[in-house]
Amino acid sequence: MTYQDIFGRLTLDALPFTAFIRAPSVNEAVASTAASIVVVGALTVLFLLTRYRLWGPLWRDWLTSTDHKKIGIMYIVFSLVMMTRGVIEGVVMRTQQAFGLDGGFLQPDHFAQLFSTHGTIMIFFVAMPFVAGFINYVMPLQIGARDVAFPVMNQISLGLTVASGVMLMVSLVVGKFSTGGWSAYPPYTGAAFNPGVGPDYWIWAIVVSGLGTTLSGINFATTIYKMRAPGMTFFRMPLFTWTVVCSSILMVFALPPLSVAALLLGLDRYLDFHFFTNDLGGNMMNYANLFWLFGHPEVYLLVLPAYGMFSEVFATYSAKRLYGYTSLVIATMSIAVLSFTVWLHHFFTMGQSALINAAFGIATMLIAIPTGVKVYDWMATMYRGRIRISVPMIYGIGFLVLFVIGGLTGVILANPTIDYQVHNSLFLVAHFHNVLIPGVLFGLLAGYNYWFPKAFGFRLNERLGRRSAFLWIAGFSLTFFPLYFVGLMGMPRRSFSYTDPAFVPYMIVAVLGAFCIFSALITILVQLKVSIKERDQNRVPIGDPWDARTLEWSIPAPPPEYNFALLPQVRERDEFAMAKIEGRAYAAEGDYEDIEVPKNTPIGFVLCVLSGVWMFALVWWIWWLAALATALIILAVILWTFDIDNEHVIPAADVRKAHEAWLEQIRLTKPVDRDHEADPSNQGLAKTELEG
Amino acid sequence: MIGRKQFSSLALSGVTIAALMVAPCPLFADTFLEPAGQIASDQRSHLLWVTGITMIAVIPVFVLLPLILLRYRRGRSGATYKPRWEYSLPLEITMWGVPLFLVGVLSLALWQSTHKLDPYKPIEGAGPPVNVQVVGLDWKWLFIYPDLGIASVGELAIPVDQPVAMTLTTDTVMQSFIISSLAGQIYAMPGMTTELHVMADTVGAFEGENTQYNGNGFVGQKFMTRAMDTADFDGWVQKVKSDGVALDEAAYGVLARQSSQEEAHKGLASGAMPSDAIWFTLPDIHLFHKIVGRYHTGKPLPLAAQPGTVEFSAATQEAAQ
Repeated sequence: MTYQDIFGRLTLDALPFTAFIRAPSVNEAVASTAASIVVVGALTVLFLLTRYRLWGPLWRDWLTSTDHKKIGIMYIVFSLVMMTRGVIEGVVMRTQQAFGLDGGFLQPDHFAQLFSTHGTIMIFFVAMPFVAGFINYVMPLQIGARDVAFPVMNQISLGLTVASGVMLMVSLVVGKFSTGGWSAYPPYTGAAFNPGVGPDYWIWAIVVSGLGTTLSGINFATTIYKMRAPGMTFFRMPLFTWTVVCSSILMVFALPPLSVAALLLGLDRYLDFHFFTNDLGGNMMNYANLFWLFGHPEVYLLVLPAYGMFSEVFATYSAKRLYGYTSLVIATMSIAVLSFTVWLHHFFTMGQSALINAAFGIATMLIAIPTGVKVYDWMATMYRGRIRISVPMIYGIGFLVLFVIGGLTGVILANPTIDYQVHNSLFLVAHFHNVLIPGVLFGLLAGYNYWFPKAFGFRLNERLGRRSAFLWIAGFSLTFFPLYFVGLMGMPRRSFSYTDPAFVPYMIVAVLGAFCIFSALITILVQLKVSIKERDQNRVPIGDPWDARTLEWSIPAPPPEYNFALLPQVRERDEFAMAKIEGRAYAAEGDYEDIEVPKNTPIGFVLCVLSGVWMFALVWWIWWLAALATALIILAVILWTFDIDNEHVIPAADVRKAHEAWLEQIRLTKPVDRDHEADPSNQGLAKTELEG
Repeated sequence: MIGRKQFSSLALSGVTIAALMVAPCPLFADTFLEPAGQIASDQRSHLLWVTGITMIAVIPVFVLLPLILLRYRRGRSGATYKPRWEYSLPLEITMWGVPLFLVGVLSLALWQSTHKLDPYKPIEGAGPPVNVQVVGLDWKWLFIYPDLGIASVGELAIPVDQPVAMTLTTDTVMQSFIISSLAGQIYAMPGMTTELHVMADTVGAFEGENTQYNGNGFVGQKFMTRAMDTADFDGWVQKVKSDGVALDEAAYGVLARQSSQEEAHKGLASGAMPSDAIWFTLPDIHLFHKIVGRYHTGKPLPLAAQPGTVEFSAATQEAAQ
């Protein structure tokens, strides 16, 4: 047996430390530091888990759990870890460009790895799991369900997503990631021009996480179609749930083209196929079409749930019904459908006829109509309300102001005429950050501050929440508005350096903004730490700290494993708000029944580990290990199917006991008005100020 | 709340941005905001026009949002509170109608300008078009003048007020070609051709570049477009004919392998050429078609015959020794 038989193409040269020792430079120091952070971070986590004897609880309560709430939380934790890396990469890139006049401190290929991982991470391993986490946690509660339709598949989806994210982390330590950007256009990423492991890391991370997301979409859609509480008709569903319907449809239909595109690229690279090569009839234009057939719906897949969160936030903190519910539903559905008709606007410049470009340009602008309607609907929701400017509302207001600017530049870019000029420039980079940060991320952070007390039973620190919200808004504006101008001044995206001194002042403002964003992220982590420390003063066991409107607020915080002791009877839209107004909230009577909940299972974790090994083996051409992992994956799934005793029953008596104890606690709790929302006296029982 | 210190740093940054925005115009040199041709000029007007129209939908948000937030904030006495208000027909008509109307207007303009400024559409000008075949290489652009029997790298000379008809391809990965002062960009892809028509209406030098990331030398893949009057252009052609080196297979091998323009200049240029340009004479006027056609033989092309690969660099270096 040769070395290659055992280790494939894996050698010591794959470690960045080797390169640093051979030829020390700032560039290699940055690479080695990043790798060290990953290694030290992983070791620290392992050490702490051992030190505080947390392996058992971690395994029993989290890794093997099939509870949608716990899976949701794990998605969000994973996404925050990845976000830390993504933001740091953004800061490093901004710093490089601030010093980038005729040079800078990074090598061009290192910069290229940074923009490739930054994009891949932020889309696939920050935005997607963050959204999936919220959907997992909130959606079943909003429709009055006790779990998702396929709890084990849910666990597997998480496992596949995490395994792929871990591959991105591994690529920082072992080998180098792709330099082909998050869209990985061939032929640049083909075997001829990039024979290294970088594009392979990208391909397998995308294929495996894409599979996880497709499964999630099936799961969420089925849950909403089949598991709504009695009386919860489609037009009584909260708007967030509506956006999840659309987002799930997009997951099911948009992810497969991406998986196919990545797999075809994989066939090119591994088995010498010629889908996208220069010779033998390969055609990279097909890749561009497949990729953006996914890529554009992806944007709406992310932003629609964020719209849903903002809809909940604006209604709750304006103490008012959502204005234009039907309009918003129609607008959401229209956006979901239209999102499949516009992919070509990502390559107006590929040589299509004017007719085709014009058709796709107009289709793109059509999306501005329902989006504009949404913005006006949210403003009308606040109109004649009683607005409380809490943390989620600060994000919401920041979103409205900044997002319309992103919309404006979106309409500008929809014009092929102008796109010919600003395509591939920093103007484009500024535009998509302008929709993804204020649109998606602000929505998620608003949701984080809004639903956190529901998930953990205590409120987050308000002061630090405000500070981080302002830092995000300021940081975003400082970073990306200058980039619009630099883009108009002609700077192509993905440039590690430039020769025009006119760019420098803008780049300096942008790097200040990047540090502002970084401190916003740190503030969020500090907020979490402080809030955990002060949790006893901020507990909201009754579960309704914000005088909110939808079903998830009608149960304890944190909710019991089975969510609802008594399945709610839904009589109208905003059921819980109406129940409070009509004085029928927290009813005691009802038929308690035995509740079946799925048992823990290790299958998701096992598939997570095995798929991780499988990906690593394929990337490094360790064929025996890839074959072994494949065999073990098949074996694990077959063995799991023999486990038919997979539910356990919570007896009706236990459910009744816990529920009655909570109702008793409600009787002993003093309701608080909205003046004391951020006080320790707010224990989650609202003295409702809603009026009928 | 936000601290005073943070506030003052914010304010300072705001002032900086404002100052930059009103700074004098040379900032936009070499871009379509300072156009040197009709197409770029039309693109600029279209940008301003679209921005203006869209503002009709954007400004109400900026005006109404603060008013709503001030008037209907909790605790302010005297403001109306309508918690069940969720529908108003006139408002619905406005909310859907105004964006619909604006998008309708914008779509008409989009349709017209997209057709009018189609890069494939030949431009009318004084005299017949100058044909230029553009080949993207790692990391320089090769401009072939098939009718004149010459080629250049790093310098695209064109006569002013005379249309230029370009056909583009690459002999490596995908690239995107732009001379922003004259017209927008178009992708160039191996084994395929795209087209771009431009015309300069003023004498001058305008930077052009590749905007599609293609490796380490990407940021250096720029060139000067020199728009000159007819007499100067003819003079330039004569100079290239007399001083250019023959673009034979060996020279093309040196040019096409992964290298910066400076490296290629060192390997190929003579003292008679400017420091930022390489001039060629063309022994084979079908060079462009051979470059495109090489990928369509129906047989696999070995990596050593594909410019942009490590194998090609090694093979051409070996051949030179």
